[in-house]
Amino acid sequence: MTTVVKAPGEAAAEKKRSAATGQPRGKNKSGSDGMVLNVFSHGFLAVWGILIVLPLIWLVLGSFKTDVQIGSSALSWPSNWHFDAFGRAWDKGIGDYFANTLIVMVFSVPLTMLLGSMAAYVLARYPFRGNRPIYYFFVSGAMFPVFLALVPLFFMVKRLDMLNSYQGLILVYVAYSMPFTVFFMHSFFRTLPTAVHEAAVIDGASHTRIFFQVMMPMAKPGLISVGIFNVLGQWNQYILPSVLMQPQTGSDPERYVLTQGLIQLQYQMGYETDLPVLFAGVTIAMIPMLVVYLSFQRQIQAGLTSATIK
Amino acid sequence: MSHVANSKGRGGFIAGFLILPLALYLTFVIWPYIQTFGYSFTNWTGQSPTFDFVGLDNYSALMKDEVFGGALLHNLLLLVFVPAITILISLFFAFMLNAGGRSGAGGVQGVAGSALYKVIYFFPQVLSLAILAVLFGAVYRSDEGGLLNGFLTTLGLVDPSHPIEWLNEPNFVLWCLLLVVVWHGVGFYLVLFSAAMQSVPKDIYEAALLDGAGRAQTFFKVTLPLLWDSVQTSAVYLGIAAMDMFVLVSTMTSGQFGGGPDHHSEVMATVLMRNFLYFGNAGYACAMGVVMLVLTLILSAITLRATRREHVEF
Repeated sequence: MTTVVKAPGEAAAEKKRSAATGQPRGKNKSGSDGMVLNVFSHGFLAVWGILIVLPLIWLVLGSFKTDVQIGSSALSWPSNWHFDAFGRAWDKGIGDYFANTLIVMVFSVPLTMLLGSMAAYVLARYPFRGNRPIYYFFVSGAMFPVFLALVPLFFMVKRLDMLNSYQGLILVYVAYSMPFTVFFMHSFFRTLPTAVHEAAVIDGASHTRIFFQVMMPMAKPGLISVGIFNVLGQWNQYILPSVLMQPQTGSDPERYVLTQGLIQLQYQMGYETDLPVLFAGVTIAMIPMLVVYLSFQRQIQAGLTSATIK
Repeated sequence: MSHVANSKGRGGFIAGFLILPLALYLTFVIWPYIQTFGYSFTNWTGQSPTFDFVGLDNYSALMKDEVFGGALLHNLLLLVFVPAITILISLFFAFMLNAGGRSGAGGVQGVAGSALYKVIYFFPQVLSLAILAVLFGAVYRSDEGGLLNGFLTTLGLVDPSHPIEWLNEPNFVLWCLLLVVVWHGVGFYLVLFSAAMQSVPKDIYEAALLDGAGRAQTFFKVTLPLLWDSVQTSAVYLGIAAMDMFVLVSTMTSGQFGGGPDHHSEVMATVLMRNFLYFGNAGYACAMGVVMLVLTLILSAITLRATRREHVEF
């Protein structure tokens, strides 16, 4: 369950050690203060756990309350367990926001992984003039705040006639995911053994074929880590879509992604005094995250943290 | 490098693999970054195709801009408190999880259920800032319906007829936002520090224990120095997050692109976006972007220097 898997036998070794030193476990000189500390730390840990879980549960419960109930008392219990707020949230656009987010990410994530890996691979394993400058060029992008590029980016996308379009947002997502993806995959490709590569060359495989059939499968652990990072990053992105995905004319359809949509819903429901819809909308948005998180929490924790430390 | 590097078709392959990623990256990332510097010396509105070169006017106007100055101060406040508070709490919990259990002869163990704690604590990290904004907007609501006010009135700490308007109180608003960032980040950094702690060889701890070091001493003399690299990295990351804050401020506080009440929660990013999208001062907004970049770079450098220590190998 934890990020760091205990080596099998470690616990047994500990037991052996304590037997060898002839000390019963937990009875050495720090035994009593260990006991106090144990209770103390459990107390603290439990409090923080409640601070995390309670607001989330409270929000979900809000989807089953009436607007009046929500406004009058925070600690009220839902009186009716109807799901109609969820239906209303879906009709108000949550369904569309979901669809928009998925349409963008179905293209942007694979493209990010493919292009990022291609660049990282060439830079990691093929020395040529200009290799280092190009690598630093890619990686330096991670240092700049996105706000530095925002104004010209908007007009660049406008000139390409891609404002409020899926393809525009997809290309921008891919471009802004490059620095990190190249950086991470570059360090990964460098660690892969050259022997397999050489064998494939001797067998007469082309560079491209070696990349797709030999190197990519070998790089799978790295791809999973960086993939998780990109999926979460693009799923949760708000600044880029809020600048680039706005209807440009009256007849231009709304193509909000989920994050934008939730903020939009917050704004609308404040006016329409239908807060259960807002809470239901957030609940709907949270459910896939929760499911994915609980299914892959070890990989997600390991992936995100290793990505940071690299 | 292997002799692969010298086989046939190499040049074409390298070019073919690099061209698309580079083209995309140049078009949407590097070129806009470069343009920003250029536009920051003009009076461009973003609406009209024409603009004049105005030299350093935007920058001198920025120096006098009180709203931007206030925003900068808020960013600096956050920059001190966000990393400090988040790292302290995360370290504390990581230590609890990994060494708060009963002592065995093999040194100290983690508490029971540490895996479950990690799962719960880490979850906020996968939620989007937009979800956090809605969630905490509801928690901080200014009437009885807000979770925080609801609790405090139940405990008798807040007068039900005058609930606290958390996000509309000039003296509270920034701290309320800070709490959201801490709530969001602690789990992530805790897992990061935990992983680092567990990679420390056990015999180092055993040696410390044999030498008669207590828990606290072990933590400050052994654990912390070995974790220092991760602490440093975390400080830089959290600092960068504190320089941004756009999503939370613009969605949780009052005003066009947030920043209210009366600019008390303004950050540089919200002033920039307002000038760009609302006032039509594209050139001016670009100058703010440049200032943000310079500050971010300076602060990363300062953080790395201030937290520099002798590197400990293990």
